Amino acid sequence: MPARMIADKTVRYILFASAIIAIVIVLAIGFFIFRESIQAWSEIGITEILLKTVWRPGQDQYGILAMIVGSVSVTFGAILLGVPLALGCAIFLAEIAPEGVQALVRPAVQLLAGIPSVVYGLFGMVILVPLVRKLGVPGNSGYGLLAASIVLAVMILPTIASVAEDAIRAVPENYRHGSLALGATKWQTITQVVLPAGKSGIIAGVILGIGRALGETMAMIMVIGNSVIMPKPLSGNPLTYFLSQARTLTGNIAVEISYATGIHESALFATGVVLFALIIIVNATARWIIRGQKFVEKAN
Amino acid sequence: MVEERLTEIALNHQAKAMSLKKERGKQKFWVGLMWLFGLITVLILILVVGYVLVQGGKAINWQFLVTPPKGGLSGEGGISTTIGTTFYLVGLTLLVATPLGVGAAVFLIEYAGEQSLSSKFLRSVISVSNFAVETLAGIPSIILGLFGYALFVSTLKFGFSLLSASLAGACLVLPTIIRTTEEALLAVPDDYRRGSLALGATKWQTLYRIVLPAGLPGIITGIILSVGRIISETAVFFVTLGGSYRLPSSIMDGGRTLALHLYYLAMDTRAFDKAMGTGAVLVVMIILINLGINLVSRKLTAGVRKVR
Repeated sequence: MPARMIADKTVRYILFASAIIAIVIVLAIGFFIFRESIQAWSEIGITEILLKTVWRPGQDQYGILAMIVGSVSVTFGAILLGVPLALGCAIFLAEIAPEGVQALVRPAVQLLAGIPSVVYGLFGMVILVPLVRKLGVPGNSGYGLLAASIVLAVMILPTIASVAEDAIRAVPENYRHGSLALGATKWQTITQVVLPAGKSGIIAGVILGIGRALGETMAMIMVIGNSVIMPKPLSGNPLTYFLSQARTLTGNIAVEISYATGIHESALFATGVVLFALIIIVNATARWIIRGQKFVEKAN
Repeated sequence: MVEERLTEIALNHQAKAMSLKKERGKQKFWVGLMWLFGLITVLILILVVGYVLVQGGKAINWQFLVTPPKGGLSGEGGISTTIGTTFYLVGLTLLVATPLGVGAAVFLIEYAGEQSLSSKFLRSVISVSNFAVETLAGIPSIILGLFGYALFVSTLKFGFSLLSASLAGACLVLPTIIRTTEEALLAVPDDYRRGSLALGATKWQTLYRIVLPAGLPGIITGIILSVGRIISETAVFFVTLGGSYRLPSSIMDGGRTLALHLYYLAMDTRAFDKAMGTGAVLVVMIILINLGINLVSRKLTAGVRKVR
């Protein structure tokens, strides 16, 4: 066999090895996170960890329910604020904006996605937290779910907007022409033809946004207050729920891992397992829905 | 009778004209709202970037950039060593991630359509690998950090070091490099490959003499994107890089990147002016990187158009 043929064969094996690296990494992540958490699951107990709200490593109490509620609450707040804005932005970019304006807004969205999360966190600490503190509710420190939700809404906006814009653009031109030819206005065409056709891609974008929100760490630590309490309304008004401080699953890991040892460290890995499981479920749902979008391309 | 019918028709027409008017009015409102949403998005960006640049700009001067941080609780000193650490980490991470990522993409794209891959095993490896890349892209960075901490810092005893951090960071940027390289390879016209193969070149010769050079702008885009991700990432390095403010002298030393330094300043020292200054340096870097990406991808699309 000539040398170049041997080289060809060798390279094939090397490339094959790098092609499976992603598989190896994902398996290794699952393995190591789970292995380190076994001690916590077996010594503390699954129900103790998942259903107790008291987290006091000093007294061997490791319930993470308050953190699960914190993560879910802040994600909910971010979706509430961020999704309308992101979808509006996506519709604007895909259907309404003239090309010159698109060339301005799209890089802006791109840049929003690139800004480091610590910069968002710092901006939240310096600008948002003092603003929120001005709401005169006793016990309101400014740090808490509201400030965190606003920061997070801005951080997930680019993810949702860009996936949704792609989904809207993937809707075949014929659909729009057909609708307009039947006498529908442009807005009727958008709401009654284009958005329903692009629905699955748009929903997938929102779910990917949820995944990003659950996984965000540093910006959350900086503005959410980090106290391990079940978030609850500060006064009779249920809306003051969002002024409550909280801690996220991600924040719990980051804040304590550097000095934790033994069972405490293992409990932090258990927190990681719960977060990992949540994210896998959320992302799998998104992937499953994106697959539904294919019908549009087929119809084309 | 006829009159009644005519009135009815007239009324009907009137109603239709009214409803059209109403629809037009509705359209005006909603389209206006969408414009507003687009505008708000741009305003948010201007607000965040503008504030950080203006406030941070006040803290930045030559002294700030070239003095090392003094450590301690006052947040005194500059950011020179953190800039150095950031560059070390970017270089080391890309050194690990680029060959792996490009190699994986080449296999997944260039070898996936082959006859020899009618082998069931290889086909399922490729689909599982695609699935793994997607999964990896969705894993939160703190989980990658936790993994890096468990494997590199503790189990392999690399400690809090550039080595641990860059290996964990490689997991972070690998999906980006793989995906952008894949796209670049898909954009290379098949005629190139056929032409080269017809001249008697082997698959590998075709790849590194023809396909990879043609896809280079796309691959570079992926690398620049990764640089941005490493510069802005904090969570992964927070739990793998240690946080010493000194410049690492070997890959077994820890350190802190610009983003980490910002975090420590804001959380431990409350030296918000210096934190803002560090933030401004970060934002400028990210803006430059985005400009770079747009420049390269414009070249890429121009190149593809010329080919077609």
